[in-house]
Parts: sequence; C-alpha cells; structure tokens
Amino acid sequence: MKAAPFEYCPAASLDEAVALLAGDEDAKVLAGGQSLVPLMAMRLARPSRLVDLNPIPGLDWVRLDGDRLSLGAMTRHRQVERHPELRRRCSLIAEAVEQIGHVAIRNRGTVGGSLAHADPAAEWPALVLALDAELVARGPAGTRTISAPDFFTSVFETALRPDEVLVEVRLGLPSERAGTAVLELSRRHGDFAIAGVVAVLETDGEGAVQDARLALFGVGETAVRARAAEARLLGERPDDRTIAAAAEAVDPDLHPSSDLHGSAEYRLHVARVLTRRALVQARERAGRRP
Amino acid sequence: MSWRELTLTVNGRRLSGRAEPRTTLADFLRDELGLTGTHLGCEHGVCGACTLLMDGATVRSCLIFAVQAEGHELETVEGMAAPDGRLHPIQEAFSLEHGLQCGFCTPGVLMSVRELLHENPDPTEQEIRTWLSGNLCRCTGYQNIVAAVRRASTMLRDGA
Repeated sequence: MKAAPFEYCPAASLDEAVALLAGDEDAKVLAGGQSLVPLMAMRLARPSRLVDLNPIPGLDWVRLDGDRLSLGAMTRHRQVERHPELRRRCSLIAEAVEQIGHVAIRNRGTVGGSLAHADPAAEWPALVLALDAELVARGPAGTRTISAPDFFTSVFETALRPDEVLVEVRLGLPSERAGTAVLELSRRHGDFAIAGVVAVLETDGEGAVQDARLALFGVGETAVRARAAEARLLGERPDDRTIAAAAEAVDPDLHPSSDLHGSAEYRLHVARVLTRRALVQARERAGRRP
Repeated sequence: MSWRELTLTVNGRRLSGRAEPRTTLADFLRDELGLTGTHLGCEHGVCGACTLLMDGATVRSCLIFAVQAEGHELETVEGMAAPDGRLHPIQEAFSLEHGLQCGFCTPGVLMSVRELLHENPDPTEQEIRTWLSGNLCRCTGYQNIVAAVRRASTMLRDGA
C-alpha cells in the first residue's frame, strides 16, 4: 500500500499547473487526493508527475447570486456543506454532500476533484446533471465551458483533456418553490452508493408539474438524467399514481452493471424504489421552504 | 528518488526528517519523526486509524503526502495529554468507559472526537455514530466508544 515514485510539482498558479501537465503525458492533477491517493496506494494509478493544486490561492469559493451558484474547483465538500446561506437557499446540495464519505474525507476532498474523477456512483456528478451545470476548464489555449452532460463520457472518464484543469462549476439552482430530495442506498454510511437519485420537482399554480429533474447515480457508466421518467411527470399532477409511473419509466435511461454489491437487476429495482420515494419527498417539500 | 529534508509543525513543535514525494504524512510521522501514536490500518483511506488534525480539521494522514503538510499545523494523539502526563478529558473518558478496547483505532477515534466535540459540544448518540462512521473499530464494539464520547461531552461541558 505504498504509491510508486513520482515527481511532486506544487503549482503556484493555474498557468503553471497547465504547463506542468502539458510537460508530462503521464501527469495527474492532485486536488484533495481522496480518490487519487488510494488508487496510487493500490498502484491502480501510477502517474509519473503529480501537479498539486493546493498551493494555488483563490481556487475555493462558494458564490451565491440569485439562482446561480458558482463553486471554485478546490472548494472542499465541508465548505459547501457548512455554508448556511446556501443551505437555506437550496438544501439539496448540502444534503447530497453530507453523504460523501466521512467528515475527514469531506474536510479534504474537493468539488472539482470529485467531478474530474467522475465516479459513476458519486454524488457530485448527479448534482451537476440535475442542476444543469456548466464546468469551466483551463488549458493551454485558455478557458472553455463544458455542459454537464458533455462532461461525463464514461467510467472515470471526462471531456477534460490531459492538459486541462477544472477550475469552476456553475450551477443553476431550482426555484425556491421547488421540492428536492436526494436518496441513496449504500452498505454503510459514507460508502459509495449502490444506487442513488437526485430529484427536483416544481408545480405551477394549478398543481401541475412544470419542472421535473431526476439524476441517478450508481446505475451506469456515468450519472444520468432519467429523461423518460421526467417526461412522464411534466404537466401532470404529482399524485402517487403518476409518481409510480414515472419511477417505472427510469429503466430505458439506466444501464447498471453487476458487481459484488448487487446485480444489474437489483440496482434497477433500487433505482425505481428510490426514485419513487425521492419524488414523494420532493412533492411534500414543494411550495414550502425546508 | 528525490529525498528531501522536510520540517513540519506537529503539536506546536518544529520537527524535521527526510521524505520522498510519495512518503505519506502518516509514514513520515511514524518512521521519520518517531511519532507512532498515529496508527496505520488500511493505508488507503478507509479505516480512519491515521486520522489527525491539520489546521484544526480531521484528515486521513495516509491520503496526504508529507510534502503537502509543510506550513500547516498538525495535531496528533501525542499532543492531547498535558505535558505533565495528565490525560485530556476525552482520553480520560475513554479510559473510564473502556472505550479503548484493543486500542488500535483509538488515536484516530480520539482525533475525530476532538473535532466533533469542538463543533457540537452535546451530540446525540446518532450524531456520534454518524460522525464516527469513518473510524473502524475491529473489536466491533462501538458501544463503549459511544459511551466514552457522551461522557467526554459531559466532562468538557462541566469544565472537567
């Protein structure tokens, strides 16, 4: 359980980080290290160079501006979780972040690191899909913006190029009238989810659904929006029957695999049950502040 | 490989040793500085035995490289008792409630409990269990650990 040797390169600026990445094709970015360092300890990852972003000042921020939320890539999970204003405005994010690992992991792990690592069973990818986020990357040619669905390409794979650094994520917060829920099933508190769901539900003055978003995690190569299920809800009253029908409609968007934690069939079943429960919870919360 | 001299601040003291970039903070503390109070179980961030405080917040010292800890304030279990050997109230409570059991997970648990009681001086049993979910006890006996945290909470609030 000792990492292979590597060259340690603390970066003083983003430009320096990008140059250090470009200078070694086997270089990796070190953010919080809560996923990369275990992989290195098990020698599943053997980067020849680690470009440490921690010394770069000013990469951690939580900026709330109306319906927009901007997070610096080096913002620690605990910073997000303990931001009282954000929790008041959108409890969904804090409730999801609390389910990441354990306190010591969240003290160190970063928003950007989790997104760039792109574990399909992690919470952040599902959150940014549900909240129609844009991810901002810096590379040798400057800055570019990637939409959340384009960002996650496969298991642990993203649209980031080897010499790009994720610097910011911009999320659109649901309306204050919307109800939200995040539910996941894991073996123990803090373990990766066997399956999980982020739900946002908003109804209009007539009680019909005008906004429905479902992002599932742990049930495919990437986190995924359950578009067919969302479509079943739009324009309908979210009664138990409609919600049950929506939950049954998650299947076509999900492609779970089997592993020792559960078969593909079991994961689909869990995803349906969690979707139904999350929608009921979101409905109960809709129209009132949590 | 590129060994270099490293100076870290541990429990208020400046201590030096040699480290490769790949040397974890936990290994550096134990093997170079001789601070073997910080234990290593899994060495990949699961068991929590190597938990310590960096700038007042718990971290897994097996998931931080020693070179990254320069310029930060580190606190380990060795820094808990008073210089005259008098135990910290949290340690006292663990002793009174038999919360140590085999003792292997104890250093990491103590550091997690310090942070917990600092943030939440009067936690419920459920809050204690959730907080300590990142510290595995292989005696599989969390009962005494939880009882010790409750006792420590009372002792600290009573100014013991």
